[in-house]
Amino acid sequence: MVGTNLTKRYTDTLAVDGINFSISQNECYGFLGPNGAGKTSTMKMIHCLSPVTSGTLLVAGMDVMTEARRVKSIMGVVPQEQNLDPDLTVIENLIVYARYFNIPLREARKRGEEYLDFFQLANKSNSKIRELSGGMKQRLLIARGLINKPDILILDEPTTGLDPQARHMIWQKIRHLKKEGITIVLTTHYMEEASQLCDRVAIMDRGKILVEGDPAKLVEERVGKDVFQVWCEGGEKEELTRDMKSFDFSYEQVGDIIYIFSKNGDEELKNLIAGKYIKFLHRPAALEDLFLKLTGRRLRD
Amino acid sequence: MKDYLKQIKLPIFSLRAVRVWQRNMKSYRRYYKANLLGALGEPVMYLFGMGVGIGGYLHTIEGVSYMQFIAPGLLMTTAMYSATFECTFGSYTRMAEQKTYDGILATPLDITDIVVGEVLWGATKSLISGSIMLVIIILAGLMRGSITMVPPALLLIFLVGILFSSMAMIVTALSPSYDFFSYYFTLILAPMFFFSGIFFPLAKFPGIIRLFSLLLPLTHAVNISRAFVMGNISYAVLASIPLLILGAFIMMTIAINLVRKRVIQ
Repeated sequence: MVGTNLTKRYTDTLAVDGINFSISQNECYGFLGPNGAGKTSTMKMIHCLSPVTSGTLLVAGMDVMTEARRVKSIMGVVPQEQNLDPDLTVIENLIVYARYFNIPLREARKRGEEYLDFFQLANKSNSKIRELSGGMKQRLLIARGLINKPDILILDEPTTGLDPQARHMIWQKIRHLKKEGITIVLTTHYMEEASQLCDRVAIMDRGKILVEGDPAKLVEERVGKDVFQVWCEGGEKEELTRDMKSFDFSYEQVGDIIYIFSKNGDEELKNLIAGKYIKFLHRPAALEDLFLKLTGRRLRD
Repeated sequence: MKDYLKQIKLPIFSLRAVRVWQRNMKSYRRYYKANLLGALGEPVMYLFGMGVGIGGYLHTIEGVSYMQFIAPGLLMTTAMYSATFECTFGSYTRMAEQKTYDGILATPLDITDIVVGEVLWGATKSLISGSIMLVIIILAGLMRGSITMVPPALLLIFLVGILFSSMAMIVTALSPSYDFFSYYFTLILAPMFFFSGIFFPLAKFPGIIRLFSLLLPLTHAVNISRAFVMGNISYAVLASIPLLILGAFIMMTIAINLVRKRVIQ
C-alpha cells in the first residue's frame, strides 16, 4: 500500500496534507495522532469510502479511485463508529455481510460460525445487537471485517471505550491474525496498543506525518531510554530545573510534575533524584512520551 | 458542464443491488405483521368507509358504484404509501441513524447498488400490500375486468412502487431529520391523493386544476389502474405507461446522485 502526496480536503478544512507512506505486506502499521490529526480521513481514503482529493493511493497495485470495487473485495474494515446492523441478529450480521461479498450462503454461514467461535461469541449467535456489551459489539465488528478473508485489515480505533479485559483479548486476536499473514493498518489513541501491535507507526498532527518508524527505535532516538517523573512541592521545582540545566538533561514541566529524559539510564541522575526527592518514578521511556513531545499537551477538541 | 455530466451515475441493476434487497427482506420477516396492518388499514377503511358512506347517497358515478369508482385509485395509493414509508422513514433510519450504508460501502457494493436495492425493496413492499389490496378488491366483487388483468395490474403496482420509492429516496437524501418528511407528505403526497381523480372526476374543475392533475404521476397511475380494473383499456390510457417508466428512471437517477452526495464526503 503506497500513498503519495495523499491529500484530503473537505469543503472548508484540509484534513490530510500531502502525506507519503508505504506499508508492506504482512506488516502492522499504525497511524497515531490527536483528534483531528487526519488519521480517520486517511483510513477512509484507504478503504475507498472517501474520495482522494489529490495525490495517489495504491492498494496491492490498484488505484483506490478507479478500482474501488476490487480494492474493497480484498479488504476488511472495522470502522471507528460501530455500524452493526441492529435489524439483524449476531449471526445474520455476519451472513448478510458475507453476501455483500458474494460469498455463497452455505460458506457464509460456516465462516460466520467459525468467527463467532474465534471471538468467543458463539453463545450470542441469535442475540440482537442491542443485547451485546460494548466489548462484544467490537469483537463482532472485527469478525465482520474478517468475513471475506481479507488480505488487508483496517482497524480504526479498535479498542476505544473497552475495558482492559476486552482490550487484551482483542490485542491477542490481532496478533494471531498478523501471524496468519494479514496486513494490518490501525489507528489508535492508546500508545500501549501501538507499541504492542505495530511494526511501524506514523505520528500525525494537523494532516501531516511528523515521524515514522519502529516505535521502540523512535522512542530511543527521540526521547531516550529512561524517564524520571518527579512530583515537586514548594521550591523543589525551581531547584530541580536549575540542576537539570547544569547537567544538560532535557526536561519538561507539566503542572507540578517534572519529566526528565535520559539517554542511557544515568546512575548519577538517579542518585541525585533519589537522594533529594521523595515522590518520583523511574521508568523506561515510552511511545506516549514521544507522542506528547511531538504533538504537545494542548487539548484538541 | 461536460465534466459534470460525466460524474452523473445512472441506475444499474446488478446482483449486488439484490444483496441489499435480501438484507431488507431478512429484517422485514420480523415485523411484517405490524407493517402490513399499517399499509392496508387506511386504504381498506377508505374503500369501505367512503364506499358505503358516500356511495349510499350516490346512485352511480361515471356509470359505476362509488365503491367501484374509488377502488382502482386506492390500489395505487396503497402502492404509493408503502413505497414512500419504506424509502423515507425506513431508508433514512438505515442511512443516517444506523449507518447501515457506511457498513455496506466497505464491501464491494457502491451507492448505486444501495439505492437501486432500496428502491427495489420499496417497490417490493408496494407489491406485497398492493397485491393484498387487489385480492380484497376482487373478493369484494369490484373487479370488472377479466382475471387476465391481474398480472398487468401487479406490474403496474411494482412500477408505481419503483417511481415513488425513487422519489422518497430523493427526499431522504435531502432530509436533515425525520421532521422534514412532513413537508413531503403534506405538500406533495396529500395534493396528489386528492387531485389524481381517485375520489371524484376532475371534469368539473377549472382547466388549470385539470392541467395540474395531468402533471401528477399518480393521475396517470390511477388512469391505468382504472382501465385494468374496469376492463376498458384504450390507447390514450396506455400512453401513460411510458411516462411512468420515464419518470421512474429520472427519479431514480436523481436519487442515486443525491444520496451519493449526502453519504460520500
